[in-house]
Formats: sequence, structure tokens, C-alpha cells
Amino acid sequence: MKPPLLDILTPSSLAEALSLLSEHGDEARPLAGGQSLVPLLNFRMSRPAILIDLNQIADLAYIKDAGDYIAIGAMTRERSIEDSDLVRKEAPLLQEATTQIAHLPIRNRGTIGGSLANADPAAEYPAVVLALECELVVQSVRGERRIKAAAFFEDVLTTALEPDELLTEIIVPKAPSGSSSAFVEIARRHGDFALAGIAAQITFANSAPTDVRLAVCGAGTTASRLTAAEEIIQRDGVGPEAIKAASEAAASAVDPMSDLHASADYRRRLTGVMIGQAVEKAAQRAGVIS
Amino acid sequence: MADTMPSYIGRSVVRREDNRLLKGAGTFVGDMKLEGMVHVAIVRSQQAHARINSVDLEAARNADGVVLALAGAELKDVLPPISGMQVAAPKGWRDGMDPHIDIPDQTLVPYDKLRYVGEPYALVVAGDRYMAEDAAELIEGDFDPLPPIASAEAALDAEALVHDHLPGNIAATLHAKKGEGEAALEAAPHRLKRRYYHHRYAAMPMECRGVVAEYDSRTDSITVWSSTQVVHWVRREVANALDMPEERVRVVAPDVGGGFGGKGHVYPEDILIAYLAKRLDRPVKWLEDRHEHLLNAAHSRDNLFDIEVGYDDDGRISVVKNYFLVDSGAYSPVGAAIAGNSIAHFMGPYDIPHYEADCKVMMTNRTPNAPYRGAGRPEVAFAMERSIDLIANELGLDPAEVRFRNMIQPEQMPYAVGLPYRDGVMIEYDSGDYPEALRKALDGIGGLDEFRSRQKAALAEGRYLGLGLGCYVEGTGIGPFEGATVKIDSSGKVMVATGACPQGQGHETAFAQVAADIWNVPIEDVVVTLADTSHVTMGYGTIASRSAVTASGAIKDSSDKVKEKVFAIAANVLEASESDLELRNGSVGVKGVPEMSMTLKEVARAALPGWIHQRPEGIEAGLEGTAYYEPPTVTWAYAANAAIVEIDAQTGVVKIENYVEVHDAGTLINPGIADGQVRGGLVQGIGGGLFEELFYDEHGQLMTGSFMDYLLPTASDIPPINVIHTETPSPRNSFGFKGLGEGGAIAPPVVIANAVCDALKSFGAELNSTPVRAEQILNIIDAGVAAAE
Repeated sequence: MKPPLLDILTPSSLAEALSLLSEHGDEARPLAGGQSLVPLLNFRMSRPAILIDLNQIADLAYIKDAGDYIAIGAMTRERSIEDSDLVRKEAPLLQEATTQIAHLPIRNRGTIGGSLANADPAAEYPAVVLALECELVVQSVRGERRIKAAAFFEDVLTTALEPDELLTEIIVPKAPSGSSSAFVEIARRHGDFALAGIAAQITFANSAPTDVRLAVCGAGTTASRLTAAEEIIQRDGVGPEAIKAASEAAASAVDPMSDLHASADYRRRLTGVMIGQAVEKAAQRAGVIS
Repeated sequence: MADTMPSYIGRSVVRREDNRLLKGAGTFVGDMKLEGMVHVAIVRSQQAHARINSVDLEAARNADGVVLALAGAELKDVLPPISGMQVAAPKGWRDGMDPHIDIPDQTLVPYDKLRYVGEPYALVVAGDRYMAEDAAELIEGDFDPLPPIASAEAALDAEALVHDHLPGNIAATLHAKKGEGEAALEAAPHRLKRRYYHHRYAAMPMECRGVVAEYDSRTDSITVWSSTQVVHWVRREVANALDMPEERVRVVAPDVGGGFGGKGHVYPEDILIAYLAKRLDRPVKWLEDRHEHLLNAAHSRDNLFDIEVGYDDDGRISVVKNYFLVDSGAYSPVGAAIAGNSIAHFMGPYDIPHYEADCKVMMTNRTPNAPYRGAGRPEVAFAMERSIDLIANELGLDPAEVRFRNMIQPEQMPYAVGLPYRDGVMIEYDSGDYPEALRKALDGIGGLDEFRSRQKAALAEGRYLGLGLGCYVEGTGIGPFEGATVKIDSSGKVMVATGACPQGQGHETAFAQVAADIWNVPIEDVVVTLADTSHVTMGYGTIASRSAVTASGAIKDSSDKVKEKVFAIAANVLEASESDLELRNGSVGVKGVPEMSMTLKEVARAALPGWIHQRPEGIEAGLEGTAYYEPPTVTWAYAANAAIVEIDAQTGVVKIENYVEVHDAGTLINPGIADGQVRGGLVQGIGGGLFEELFYDEHGQLMTGSFMDYLLPTASDIPPINVIHTETPSPRNSFGFKGLGEGGAIAPPVVIANAVCDALKSFGAELNSTPVRAEQILNIIDAGVAAAE
């Protein structure tokens, strides 16, 4: 289980990385934390001729307070996000989701940009950026563009990134006042990719939901927003009846796959259960229900 | 033995191995680097069953860094297959089991046909492993697919044959009988008939397998370092395959990162790497990666049972009929040993007058099946212990009560089971108090009545708590023998070497404790050498929960030979009578006369050959003795398990609240080590009960080829475990030892299944296969809800 011969290029600046990416295009794969790519290389399931190692680019790893939003550099380690007071205060959903990614040694290496660009349908971060309506900053030698999270994830392991583009920054809007959030997931073992996970952020005014964001991972080809369930909660509130209806709506909205670990039916059902738990938890945290 | 020093046996002496292992200073096969060493990549079948037409090696031979590329055809006339019978079956067992055994030999690299996904068909030797794998990719085989035989049941009626000379794909049939099963079944007031399936999973040591070999042309000798549990077996097979004297083959197992049975027999690679080292006259290394390990290292379990039990209104079991199939995969490296264990252990701690067993060991297109911690016992414990719970349900009795009613009572010991053991001796449980173990286990979970009322109260709140029980006995310390050599040289140190071959168990410490007590010396003065054929002429190895009993026996017997000389020489020097001498703190002295003594160092010098020796007439020079301990038969360890689970009715997830095992392995050498052993076994059992599964599709493809899909439990998935040791000495050896390496792994799958069924009793839950999965539990709840509506 050794990778085939490949060249590893180690740019020390973003400009250099973009230029290498532009030069080598499809031949090259950027290497972020390596938590998915390295095993794929070892299995020879991914066979790039060139790896562009982003780990030497110090200025791609940061968490900055930018007023209305937090700007997170793509090479920021998951562990740094988990430990960030700024993230805990201003984007608690992101912080809570991060604690549920795999295991600590993996979070020490894994990066937010790597996880998003890899677009594993069961990963936590895609659901979080959908729920928080983040913007993803991508750059290439051709310039910079901002992609809304909703337009970023196209299919299993497929994103809107062009071959010469690099995800460089994630713009995370600060949680509005009156908002509350919860991230819940279920896996066969602790730390595994979720069979179903829900990222929930709900804004309440006078105990009534005014803005409901519910996103799911693990239950389809990409993470996605569960709009029918969101509408039910927004319209009917967070009482048991509404939560039940939202759970059912979520379960019927997803189209999961069957594999060794769970059938599609089971994943669908878990999606509903996780919706219930996430909404309840968020509402409890807001003090709206006990 | 004089009580001038505290006994080491029974104390949790700190493991001497840990000094190097915890500092990362151990040496494993993977750490070895030898001058000029080349590396092997093995090309493995991706098909379950195929005819080999040809294998094209041309491109690989021309690839960068390649030293050699070979396929089966080139090795066919050079290397003999490994015998299908690595373990011989004694006559007493054959007479009692009426077996028909025709275990196929295993060709090291097949040239005619491929029989499982992962089977080798070619190999590349190159300057490093990367280049070897690059070249391996260039090897193309021309194969004709054959119909895959994907399960033991399918094998019975399949037209296709895994081995052409085995009609019906049957490698062995075994029968055993006690009493009159059929008549007893006719007479029984109630009968329970069930089918149980224990799924396939495997040992999965942290360290995969690996072999390094180095040939010395000057002396025409070879050294093989293998991550194995059986260095002497490897020496035998390498010597046989390379037609060398065993004396010229040295096999060493350096530090080994777990084995659990999976490294307990000789694999093709053990021989192939030795052969390549000799052929190329340079060191050769092969390290099994995890993907190869999942495909190619022995799998285990995978048994299908059809059971019928006869019982009366009180839940007393009069008869068990046990018909079962073992899916042995394409080969069966230790013959019918697992099936033999299954037959012998079915009745466990219960007093059952009639029993019939009938087993077929089936060949299929799966990875070969070999013993893994428990080796045939978890499978039958599942069938027996599920049956008891089902009988309890039928009669409206508590499962604990049905167990108590059927258990062998302490006053029945020793208890004759009425079947032969694998060593050819009729089984007689040697000692123990089985009901007491179960009582203690129930106390361990807070008491049976207390739990039942808590369970009732929880159910009223819509929470599902369940209690699972599981009891077993385990034959341990099996023969045929173990070897040990004990020497005392002029340093005065006691040097002990045995054929035991540890994989992390702490043998260096445990055997130092045993030898220190035998010799009454400080433990620091005992030097232990293990897992190296150059130190012990004949040895057997560490499998089957045997080393504590058998290696200790060999250390004692060889020590006794040396002691005779020590006393004779000391008597001569001290001018005392031998019967007045005793061993005391590294010395031999006259009883009651503290000033009359000499140290072992002085005795060793007096024993030297030459002009100035002080040996009496007739005593040969040197303090050295070798003995081969042949145990009379096995010792019987036993345990009772109790666990409480809670089911999440929305997700089906099982949470184990508390797991208790009461385990008795006779006198414990080192309680700390014993505790770790049982605990580790329980973790593997819990893994098998809930997570681990080697899953094949209908084409014989293994779907779990990495740790993404093969789910090993991590620390986060393991519940609180409480291990309670009781110590009922075995009368079968002078120490009172019984074995405990496997115990923990036996019960958890059935304990979990029983607990889940107990929790969901109101839904009529029946889980008669493993592993227990949340999705399956949810289906049971759904079905129960639907039935109620």
C-alpha cells in the first residue's frame, strides 16, 4: 500500500501555489491535511502525477474577526477551529460540529479547506457552511471569485472548483442575536463519518423561530438544506407536533444511499431522528423549550 | 520451597517488557533493516474463484529496481505445499469423533487456480517496497472465472468444487455422541429448535504480519524473523520446504504486536521469504499491509448451527443436538481443530446427559479460517447461551434461574463430560464453582432482583434496559508439549528459555516470576529468552491459552533436573547431606544454619568442567537442563458474564451500561497481566458483537478491505468493564495454573444479543445471529409495534 511515484511541490506562498496549479491543472492535486487524500494515494485510487503541498503556506491558516463575519483560512486545522474562542462565541455551530469530526489526531492534521474541497457527503463541514450560508473564496491566477455554499457542492466528491482554482478562505457570518444552534450526528462508531448528521441554526424572536437553517450530511450525494423541514419549524414553531412533522418532512426529502453500514431506509429514518434532536437541542439552548 | 523470600507468583510485578515497549524502543519485524535488503510485494487475486491460464511477468521484470518477479508456475516444482495438517490429531480423539478428515494442502503460490480474493499468484522483489508495488501493478494474469462458492451452505449443494478432490466441498466431517440423543429428544416434554449464525471476523492485531529472512552461504544456514506465535512450526516448515536440517534454520519472533491466534500457524509467506533470501543470497523483507491483512491473514468464526434442545417444565435440559457447518474458506490451516473445540465446548458449564454433534468443515471461496481468540468456543457459546434464554422465555423463568438449574455443581467436580478432548483424553472438568461465578457476576451488576425492578420502572418510562448473561468453560493449557531449557552459568543468573512465543502477553515477566519462585532467587536474577528456536531445541508456541500452563511446566521440569545437580554439588562442597539443603535467596544452604551456604554463582563455578571442579563422583559438568512438559490433559478455566444494555428505541443503538466478567483461571501468576488479558479479550468480543464483520457479497468479494469498512472498536466505543478474578487451582499441575489468553473474547457476542433481546422482550425480539446491528434492532421494534397494532 504505497503510492506510485509522484512529484511533491512545496510552494511557500499562495501566488506560487496558484501558479503551479495553473501550470499543472488536472495533473496535480493540492495536498491540505492529507486525511483523505493520503489514504487514497496509498490505495492508488487517486493517482496524480504531482502533489502541490499547501502546508508550507503559513498565511493560509488563520481565524480573523472581520466585523460581521469570521474569515477562516483554508489551511486552518480543525483543531484550531475547535479551540478558537472567537468561533465558539460567534459561530457556535461550527465549533460544535468540529468537535464531532473523527478523532483528535485527525483534527490536528485535517483542515477546513481540505474537508470542504473534498466534499465527502458524510463530512460535517459541508452541512455547516450550508446552514450558516457561508461564502467560499476561491482563487486562481485568473483572479478571485466568491461562491455561495449553496452553489459549491455539486455531487459526491465534486465541487464548483475549476482545476486551476484553490479554496483559500471561508467567510462565516456571525450568528445573529437571538440565534441558537446544534450539531448532532449518528455513526456506527464514535468518530466515523455520519450515517446522518444535522447542522441546525435557528433564530428566535419572542420564542418564535424567525430564521430556520437545517442542513443534513450523510444522507445523499451531497450535504443539503432541508427546506421543507425548515418551513415547518418556521411556521409552526418548536413544539413536539412541529418537530415531528419536520422530522417526517426531512426523512422524506433525503435520498440516501445504501451501503455496508446502513440501508437507505435506515439513513432516512435517522435523518428524521437527528432533525428532532437538533431542533430540540437548539430550542433548549435558546431557552425556548425546557 | 523454603519461605525465605516472598513468592513472586500472585503478584502484579511490573512488566519488564514495558520498559522498551512504552518508550517506543521495541523491535518489530517492520523495524528491521539489513545490509542489502530487498523488498517483496505480493500480487493477490481479485477474484474469488478462477482458473489461471497464464501470468505475464515480462513488464514487471523490466521495471525499475526489480530483482525478481515470479508466478506460481515457476515455483510449482521448487517449493512443496504446506501440509493441510499443521496440527496432528491424536488417536483418542479420532476414535471418539469418528472423523473423516481430508484437509487440502496449501500451495504457496497457486499455478492452476485461485480460490479466494487475496490469494497470492505472483510476487515481485525490488529495491524498495514502492518499486515492488509499481512493478506488481504491471503483472497481468489471464484467468477464466469459475462459479464462486460464497458460503458454507451454498458449498453443500454447489456443482463447482473449491478443491477438485473434495466432493461436496467437505474437508472434514466430525461426529460425537454422549448418551442417546434421539431417544432423549423423543422423551423430552419440550423442544426448542433454532438456527444460529456466528459471523466471520478476525483477530486484527495492531501489527500486521511480516517476515525478514537472511541466508548465510558460508554455513548454509538461514535466519527467519517472523511476526508469528509459533517459531518452531515455522522452522519445521521452512526446513522441510528448503530441504535443510532444522539445525540450520533459526526462526525468531522479535517483538510482536498482537497475534490472538491469527499468527498461530505457518503462512505461505513465512516460507516464500526464506526461499527468496536463499535464492537471491541477500536479505529479503515482506511486510503485510492492512489491506493484505484483511484479505489474506486468517479469518475466523463463520459457523452456522442447527440446534435442537430437549427440556422439561423446570427448564432442565436433557439433550442437545448440534448440527453445524464451519465455513473454512479455501483452506483450513489448523485442520479440524476449531470444529473439534466447538463440539467439545458446546455444553459449557451445564450438566446435560445427552448430546449429539455432527459437523462439516466446508471449503468455500473465502479467506482461510483459522483459530482466533476463542477458536470455536464463542460460536457454540452463542448457540448454547441463546438457547437457554429462549427456553427461559418459553417457560416464563428468569434466564439466570435456568442457568442455575442446569449448572454442574461444585460437588460434582471433577466432572466427566463424556466426550474426548482434542488431545485425545476424555474430558473431565478439573475444578471450579460455576454457580458461584454466576452469582458473583449478578452481584457485579448490582443484583438480579434489583435489576429486574429497575428494568420494570424504566420500561414504564418508555426506556428499554436489558440484562444479558453468558457462561462458558474453556479447555486451556493443551499439549502436546512445551520445551524449556534452564541454565545457571558462572554469573549465577538463572537463564530460562522456552518455546513460548509471546505477542505482548508479558511472558518475559510472568516466566521470570515462575522461575524466581522455583529457584528462590530475586526476579532480577532471572533472564528469560523466548521465541527463538536457537535457544530451545523443540518447542510448540503460544496459541490456545496454553503457555502459562505448559511453559511453566517445562520450566519446572527442566529446573528440577538442574536442581538435582545443584544440591549434589552444594552437598559436596558444604559437606552436608542433600536432604538438609534448601534454596534461599540465590543461595543453597543448610537448613537452620544460616552461615552454611553457597551462592548459585559459587555452585555454578563448582559445576564447571575442568581440573578444579568440585563435583561429586558421577555428577556431570554444567548446570543446564532441558525438559519437554507433556501435560496430562487440559485444565478448565471458566467464566460468567453479565451486562446491562439500554436500547435507544429511536435509532436502535445499543449502549452497554456495564459489563462484568467473573473469570477463573486457577492460580494467577500476575493478576495485573491476567486482568489486562481478560479485558483485552472482552474488547475483542464486544467488537465482534457490535462492529467487526468481514462481509462478503454473493460473488465472494470481500467488501471490508480497509478500516473504513471493517469497524474495530476504539476506546470511545468500549463501556465500563469490571473483571472479577476468582482462583480455583487446577489439580493438574503443581502450580494450580489454568490458561486465560482467550477467555474474555468468548462471551460478549451472546451476552450482547441476550441483553438486547431481554430489553426488547415486549416486542418478541429474537436475535439469533451476530453481529447485533442497530438497524436490525429498529426493525425488531417496528415489527413488534406493527404486531401490537
